[in-house]
Amino acid sequence: MQIEIFILVDRIRSLSIENGLAQCESAVPVDSSIYLGHFPGHPILPGVLLIESMAQTAGWLILGLTKFERFPFLSIVHEAKMRDFVTPGTQLLLEARLLHEGSGFYKTSNRVLADGKLKCEAETTFRVMPFPSPTFREHVIAQARRVGFPPELVPNAG
Amino acid sequence: MSSTFDTVANIIAETCDIPRENIKPESHAIDDLGIDSLDFLDIAFAIDKAFGIKLPLERWTQEVNEGKATTEQYFVLSNLCERIDELKAAKGA
Repeated sequence: MQIEIFILVDRIRSLSIENGLAQCESAVPVDSSIYLGHFPGHPILPGVLLIESMAQTAGWLILGLTKFERFPFLSIVHEAKMRDFVTPGTQLLLEARLLHEGSGFYKTSNRVLADGKLKCEAETTFRVMPFPSPTFREHVIAQARRVGFPPELVPNAG
Repeated sequence: MSSTFDTVANIIAETCDIPRENIKPESHAIDDLGIDSLDFLDIAFAIDKAFGIKLPLERWTQEVNEGKATTEQYFVLSNLCERIDELKAAKGA
């Protein structure tokens, strides 16, 4: 997890287009300036970052479903529930499951676990639209390779 | 159409917190009920699930933007329900 540049997924553990399921891994940083304010003497990962980590996991799933032709922009977060503190150094398992593919939108069900214990969950809706620029798409494809996106599903940039 | 309308009206009432009695077949989802495009994603999801269809929102939006259709054709609820019934029939054909 690279909080400072808002990259919250370290690695894709598995991604199944057929089953509409993505599992990713991420390690919560041991040190981060965020803990100076959140909170002194009680460092925990902010809930908004947990939501974003779920959104990024769902984003990888949707990129696979759209074959990197369209980008998913987070539009709605439904009833997010933060069930437990997430502390520095925690290894997270992030899961996103496809609930529905609509016309121009996708809905997913997501959760975050640590040591098999549910930490938070939410459903999310994304609008999908063509990449706003070729540079953006190339960046996303490079990131896909970095996180271990199944190579056969990653297009050539350009 | 009436059962389709009842289902759609109930979805709109629940999703957008609009009193059910204010939702009529002649209501325009956008102009009369104040439903915005984001709320309509939730409604489209519920309609897709309820009827086992996929509302072609992108095509409709494109047609409206290009002047090939009016919003009334798709977003007045009686017309929306007709479109839903057509999609249901096409699916069953």
